[in-house]
Amino acid sequence: MSWITNFFSSSIGRKVIMSLTGLFLITFLIVHLVGNLQLIAGDQGEAFNQYAYFMTTNPLIKFVSIGLYVMILLHAVLGLVIYLKNKTAKGIKPTARNKADVKWASKNMALLGTLILFFLIVHMGDFWFKMKFTDTIPLVTYDGWEPIKNLYEQVTITFDNPLFVVSYVFSMLVLGFHLWHGFGSGFQTLGLNHSKYNKLIDGIGKLLAVVLPIGYAIIPLYYYFVMR
Amino acid sequence: MKLTLKVWRQKNSKAKGALESYQVEASEHMSFLEMMDVLNEQLIVEKKSPITFDHDCREGICGSCSMTINGSPHGPQTGTTTCQLHMRKFKDGDTIVVEPWRSGAFPVVRDLTVDRSAFDRVIQSGGFISVNTGQAPDGNAIPIEKDLASNAFDAAACIGCGACVAACPNGSAMLFTAAKVSHLNQLPQGEVEKTKRTASMVAQMDKEGFGMCSNVGACEAECPKEISIEHIARMNRDYVASIFGGK
Repeated sequence: MSWITNFFSSSIGRKVIMSLTGLFLITFLIVHLVGNLQLIAGDQGEAFNQYAYFMTTNPLIKFVSIGLYVMILLHAVLGLVIYLKNKTAKGIKPTARNKADVKWASKNMALLGTLILFFLIVHMGDFWFKMKFTDTIPLVTYDGWEPIKNLYEQVTITFDNPLFVVSYVFSMLVLGFHLWHGFGSGFQTLGLNHSKYNKLIDGIGKLLAVVLPIGYAIIPLYYYFVMR
Repeated sequence: MKLTLKVWRQKNSKAKGALESYQVEASEHMSFLEMMDVLNEQLIVEKKSPITFDHDCREGICGSCSMTINGSPHGPQTGTTTCQLHMRKFKDGDTIVVEPWRSGAFPVVRDLTVDRSAFDRVIQSGGFISVNTGQAPDGNAIPIEKDLASNAFDAAACIGCGACVAACPNGSAMLFTAAKVSHLNQLPQGEVEKTKRTASMVAQMDKEGFGMCSNVGACEAECPKEISIEHIARMNRDYVASIFGGK
């Protein structure tokens, strides 16, 4: 088994795990956004609440979600390890600033990632924790359904507070910068660099970095400015 | 042209260094190293210790010169080494900050000279092709497709100067190691030892304490031989294959 532990403790092995977990988390972001856009469907949350019920009770989803938690933790913890190792590896930085034409996001992935982690803690505390472990969320009954938790109502309450709206929108901006570098970087680390596909990978990465954060940011903005 | 130089002075690897200011009169036709020579002669006349820096061929192919000039390894001109950088790139009255390569794996020996023996050890771990001694083989005995030969040659252009490590915010040597791995692994002569080479060169690179690549791209921007990070992707592929496919 030593070869596998060698791989996971090598520089490239660590980066491969970063890219695999990162790319998996991007697929989650897409699914999560599609589900959440039901919040602004204009049906008083019926579709969204039924979807939320499915997502919290379906055994397959429950199983996949454990994988998701592991991926988030791996990505965050390993990211921190890599940041610290790289800081030691660099040692003293030059006094004069390097003016090489590189993306700001590329040099600040650890900072962006830490901000996203803080957001995740707040975000999961707002909804995931309350939904799964408390009874504070009011119930609602739909035709042919047992009473289910009205997560839609919880979202309305949360986004009534401008502080939450601002912090959510800001976090999405941070996410955008993280993805701006992350998507393409993930492919490069996996060795998927080919002149035929590089432009496509770069294009998809930038598209996701813009579309996903905007899609998410629309929800709190819509609640605060349109629905109130 | 009159210049103000702020040069990193450090007695030895254990001493604490600092930037010191000097005034120097240079001609715009001088190379950066010639300007440093003028400054050193001036210091010798003043009975001060001259600035130590690495240099050898002074024609851009040996990889000895190693100065971070205004934050850029090898200075502001792309695709050139410090020895090929000319003073016409600067303006009269400029202040130029000259520092050694910065990386934990490249400790400062004195002033602008750093210990780059970590690179030698990475090469020793696999940056070669095992061949029987004897007469030199015929250069065209093994036909190699032009595109492949060109790509391998692009990687082979690496002069091992360490600008990639100095440019990298993580002090990573991935571009250097990748250039060597990619150069040899792509050619039929080197392909034979591909698996072993990649695994051991990466292991040695890690052991030397270089950082991990985060695909910032500063290395390829600063590389005097303009080596692409595409070679890093190839090394990563070969590394994954060597670990999961090798013995």
